[in-house]
Amino acid sequence: MRMPTPDAATIARRGAIAAQLRAIVGDAAVIESENERRPYETDGLTAYHALPLLVVLPSTTQEVSRIMAYCHRENLKIVPRGAGTSLSGGALPLEDGITLGLSKLNRILDVDFDNRCAVAQSGVTNLAITNAVADKGFYYAPDPSSQIACSIGGNVAENSGGVHCLKYGLTTNNVLGVEMVLIDGTVIRLGGKHLESGGYDLLGVTVGSEGMLGVVTEVTVRLLRKPTTARAVLVGFPSNESAGQCVASIIGAGIIPGGMEMMDKPAIHAVEDFVHAGYPLDVEALLIVELDGPTAEVDHLIERVEQIAKQCGSVSVRISNNEAERVLFWAGRKAAFPALGRITPDYYCLDPTIPRAKLPDVLRHMAELSKKYGLRVVNVFHAGDGNLHPIILYDANKPDELERTERFGVDIMKYCVDMGGVLTGEHGIGVEKRDLMGVMFNAADLNQQQRLKCAFDPQGLLNPGKVFPELHRCAELGRLHVHHGKVRFPDLPRF
Amino acid sequence: MSRFRPTDEKQLAEIVSAALDSEEPLEIVAGGSKRGLGRPLQAPHTLDVSGFSGIRQYEPEELVLSAGAATPLDEIEKTLKAKRQMLAFEPGDWRALLGSGGQGQTLGGIISCNLAGPRRIRQGAARDHFLGFQAVSGRGEAFKAGGRVVKNVTGYDLCKLIAGSYGTLAVMTEITVKVLPLPEATRTVALKGLDDARAVAAMIHGLNSSHELSGAAHLPGAAGGALTVLRVEGPVPSVEARSAALRAELKTFGGAEILGDADSVKLWTGLGDGTPLAGDKESAVWRVSVAPATAPAFLAQLGRALDFKYFLDWGGGLVWLSVKGGEDGGAQDIRACLAQDQGHATLIRGSAALRNSVPVFQPLAPALASLAARIKDGFDPKRVLNRGRLYPEI
Repeated sequence: MRMPTPDAATIARRGAIAAQLRAIVGDAAVIESENERRPYETDGLTAYHALPLLVVLPSTTQEVSRIMAYCHRENLKIVPRGAGTSLSGGALPLEDGITLGLSKLNRILDVDFDNRCAVAQSGVTNLAITNAVADKGFYYAPDPSSQIACSIGGNVAENSGGVHCLKYGLTTNNVLGVEMVLIDGTVIRLGGKHLESGGYDLLGVTVGSEGMLGVVTEVTVRLLRKPTTARAVLVGFPSNESAGQCVASIIGAGIIPGGMEMMDKPAIHAVEDFVHAGYPLDVEALLIVELDGPTAEVDHLIERVEQIAKQCGSVSVRISNNEAERVLFWAGRKAAFPALGRITPDYYCLDPTIPRAKLPDVLRHMAELSKKYGLRVVNVFHAGDGNLHPIILYDANKPDELERTERFGVDIMKYCVDMGGVLTGEHGIGVEKRDLMGVMFNAADLNQQQRLKCAFDPQGLLNPGKVFPELHRCAELGRLHVHHGKVRFPDLPRF
Repeated sequence: MSRFRPTDEKQLAEIVSAALDSEEPLEIVAGGSKRGLGRPLQAPHTLDVSGFSGIRQYEPEELVLSAGAATPLDEIEKTLKAKRQMLAFEPGDWRALLGSGGQGQTLGGIISCNLAGPRRIRQGAARDHFLGFQAVSGRGEAFKAGGRVVKNVTGYDLCKLIAGSYGTLAVMTEITVKVLPLPEATRTVALKGLDDARAVAAMIHGLNSSHELSGAAHLPGAAGGALTVLRVEGPVPSVEARSAALRAELKTFGGAEILGDADSVKLWTGLGDGTPLAGDKESAVWRVSVAPATAPAFLAQLGRALDFKYFLDWGGGLVWLSVKGGEDGGAQDIRACLAQDQGHATLIRGSAALRNSVPVFQPLAPALASLAARIKDGFDPKRVLNRGRLYPEI
């Protein structure tokens, strides 16, 4: 993985640039010393690191605007950073670029229950929004597993998901508006407390753009009433096929569970040893189906899910009868990562999405690859929406294990795309999967995406080196191959 | 004036390339049901994309359907219904409203206009169900975006950009959408005689309750007096319990009637189709998107400037207006009542002259207008696709 070559002249100007930034945000908000820059060298994808040129921590939208206007004038690169929890290296710094940290934009500006929305600055954590409205019985639906730490601005950049996406959508379906600073410092507002916008859906393309179109400073999110009831069913299956069939049958019966998670045998054993959730150990696959909503509906549907599970050949079915049981069912799934931490020095988690019907096929292929590479793989799976989480176990201290792990991961992702799936369902491309974009998209597809980038940031100053395997100059992408009237309309029947 | 009807992507790319080279714009047409929507076009050529039709892939258990962009919506809805599924964003049929008659709407048409009916408040708009597409850009190049799965963050979300772009960026040939199960049953809790403020208060109460409303509308001009309606959908025991609980909780707003499946479906379909305002063919019809709780204030302010008929959908967040007379169809007064960044107004029905003389879509702030123009440059630099349909310069 190669990042753009750092510009030595820019690095040599570090002190002068720091002085200019201090004039905007004050002394305390510019981090220049190497020791203090060190904590920013990586994000949730720790395999990659780079020391940023400088870190600047603005406190207001105005400061963000002035910083960006300055960088734009000086042709300086900017890497926006929320809480730094990206699993794809979205906030990986550049040695000749400024890391623009948004952690000080940490206030919830407005909670408006009548319009069922909240307005938060981009550095507010995902969970803080829910906490701010929980006493009135509301919550913010997308719940990435990092929700205690990850920022809402980062969620917008990555279009973050969670375990409830099938029913409640991703970030993009739950954000009503943003305030965003463009590369030249212009502050724009997209959407708001109303639905949709006039003109092109710039809010829609901003969500999931991995910090490459603008820097989001404020987010208006949709609030939902917390479901009255949630109950879970824990179902064990003798094979991945029968578990997969059960997922398909539940959805085919018109039931959209709030969450539907699957674990394969290695995952079940790893977490049961760790949390003792009472998971059956004699099954090949375990399914947690959670139904949430009005009590009458949940009680009705849970019986249907139980019937379907039995028809699909389940070997064990347990239904939660109280909140404590429901929480216990989830405890194992939620502890999957720490549980794996006990049995392996390092692990690497992927997140391709596949058509659910391909699950047994993909798992079989993964088992073959596991033998080929001599590395163990464990699967937890957002079964409802087809989002896999294969976790490859390795030891970075052993020669070539990281490299083998990465090749194993690439093979998994390629196979998922071949099966009609996609590279990433919720973690983003970042630097991690950047060079695999060609597996899904051809040059014309990628060029068209980059032309969108060019409309926002023609000089390519915002988060360069992410998402696109090859960077083309905007002038080159904009060029039209015209033939000055020599191209004729094809000889088709005209009406 | 030529009309081209390509049957494959290669022919389509050739037509767009020729249009590009001669700088002669194309009007994109499939079913033609929404030709009266948006700014009038005066393109020398018509690009009939109806050849890109037919369901390509439908896997009910994956909740995904792929079809040619010009596949009739009727065909799609029929196919989905056979498996007890639907397009959950509930696109309306505006043929009667627009007086466009003729053929039905197509999947590409509703995606291009990002339509959504009453269920918008619960399930989102077309944009939220649009997973992937194949298209030819205004540069004459075939490209694709998105995927065929319901959860995908691979690359920029160009689907969002294309939804609601009114065919000004690319000509879609194939579309993949997310589909959802049809609700087993529907009930509507109907309150009578409320004024706007009380109606919106009742809708807020309902929407903020735990009963998972999938519709909240207010019809001040209903036969028999103002009607405020709240919809619940789901399994039978669930809708029975929720509608009864809602009625009890809303007692302070007067006694409520509960409508069953057939009456509910008729009512909500009519609301999505704009039926309450479809009758008076001479009037201009607008859809105004506001923060839901501000609808009464907006209506009161507008009432001091203009005579109009109206109804509310989306819990107050969507104001349908019918304005009779006036040179500009009420454009200036309506937009003057919308605070900066607090909403937008779209002219849905108006004569070609009116749609030429007033902005059909909400005028954009300068920074957004120049961004939109630069995006258009990237997709359709010579403005050969539906030139001027959204904004004169786009």
